[in-house]
Amino acid sequence: MSDQKPKVAFYWCASCGGCEEAVIDLAEDILKVVEAVDIVFWPVALDFKKSDVEAMEDGSIAVSFINGAVRLSEQEEMVKLLRRKSQLVVAFGSCAHLGGIPGLANFWDKESIFNRAYHTTPSTDNPEGVVPQEKCTIDGKELYLPSFFNTVYALDQVIDVDYYLPGCAPPRDLIMNAVQAILEGNLPPKGSVLSPNKALCEDCDRNDTKPEKLAIKDIKRPWEVILDPEVCFLAQGVICLGPATRTGCGQRCISANMPCRGCFGPTDQVIDMGAKFLAAFASILDADDESEVEKIVETIVDPAGTFYRFSLPTSILRRRKMEEKR
Amino acid sequence: MSQQAFEPKLVGFLCNWCSYTGADLAGTARMTYAPNLRIIRVMCSGRVDPQFVLKAFQEGADGVLISGCHPGDCHYQEGNYKALRRHRLLSKMLEQFGIEKERFRLEWVSAAEGAKFQKVCNEFTEQIRKLGPLSWNGGKKNE
Ligand code: SF4
Ligand code: SF4
Ligand code: FES
Repeated sequence: MSDQKPKVAFYWCASCGGCEEAVIDLAEDILKVVEAVDIVFWPVALDFKKSDVEAMEDGSIAVSFINGAVRLSEQEEMVKLLRRKSQLVVAFGSCAHLGGIPGLANFWDKESIFNRAYHTTPSTDNPEGVVPQEKCTIDGKELYLPSFFNTVYALDQVIDVDYYLPGCAPPRDLIMNAVQAILEGNLPPKGSVLSPNKALCEDCDRNDTKPEKLAIKDIKRPWEVILDPEVCFLAQGVICLGPATRTGCGQRCISANMPCRGCFGPTDQVIDMGAKFLAAFASILDADDESEVEKIVETIVDPAGTFYRFSLPTSILRRRKMEEKR
Repeated sequence: MSQQAFEPKLVGFLCNWCSYTGADLAGTARMTYAPNLRIIRVMCSGRVDPQFVLKAFQEGADGVLISGCHPGDCHYQEGNYKALRRHRLLSKMLEQFGIEKERFRLEWVSAAEGAKFQKVCNEFTEQIRKLGPLSWNGGKKNE
């Protein structure tokens, strides 16, 4: 028994599939992983079923990598099952870690999302107004669908999480480091985010071009300007979340001449990434007088969506206020 | 809770050098004002991290006040300008969360303006009383 390879599971919840792709993108490295472990569950690639997982002994999976946010009852059920069966759970990628892009749905709720998706989008063709039901009967058979939550959750709001692999999607070197650390039992304290605890700016090649005292008046969105490929985005008046974002991605967006959108989440010292960025960003607005400040603020389109692009469900407020049900 | 019985819960971050002293003056001068504001003394209005404001709303505040020295008078030169910029940007963001602009207020109150502090307190309390409770319910697992 002791020479048995450690069992590993992969699962996806509310996600785009990019995290699965990140695993495939390990390319030849994945062969090393496959050599060292036994993959016992991976719906996107292997034909194991939920019942196979149920049949396993509790705690018999060494580690489950779970990507995606939790927005359906089915996802909640599956992650609770995997938690029970696993010694370690790693929240894999921004959506499991912070809520991610699906978490932006927390500016709406079930009713408004269904209304939009099944009734009012220009491409909706639904003359009978059919809306998915959790239970329906067809030809005398009862069919069930999972329920759709009003609120999207990060993984640790639903189950206990041991480690976080940040990023949309997590980069290959961080994944391999994590796998290796797990195989060697060489792990940091529980709850750690497996990427260095400092801000992206500190590693950014453009940091030297950032003036000591930034002061910006004209805020532009990336598509409105031809971006200088060497100068700090903030110095160009373009919102870059680098100052509030954890490093470790290898400056992926910056090298592609796009500002950081914050997919790695905050450093350990910060509770609410959006508020932290807001504080820093407001400080560098170049105006002292009320009407001038207001004029600049007016040009900042969608501050909540920009500052919480990946982290709304794990922010202090977590979502837009729910309308009272009458 | 009926509208009648609603007593707004307000949190106020007051800077040590001006507004807190102004509030103190209102007290020592025995001015009466609405008791709804829970005062937190900070060294400067520029010290108010937006996270504090969000936390106050999330934990049940119906309104949040930041009060500092008048422009040009900040003990640390620029703290109140910072507070002003953050206030305007945060107000805009709070509206996206469904929290009305009126619930988040910024005022300049000097150490000598006990009467202004009294007025701000009373006005803010009445304004929020009209607006009703915020009853923040965001994100609880209530499906
Ligand atoms: S703000 Fe963005 S571009 Fe500027 S130094 Fe930081 S990460 Fe680099
Ligand atoms: S630059 Fe920012 S958004 Fe882009 S990958 Fe890195 S952390 Fe994520
Ligand atoms: S000390 Fe009063 S606002 Fe800065």
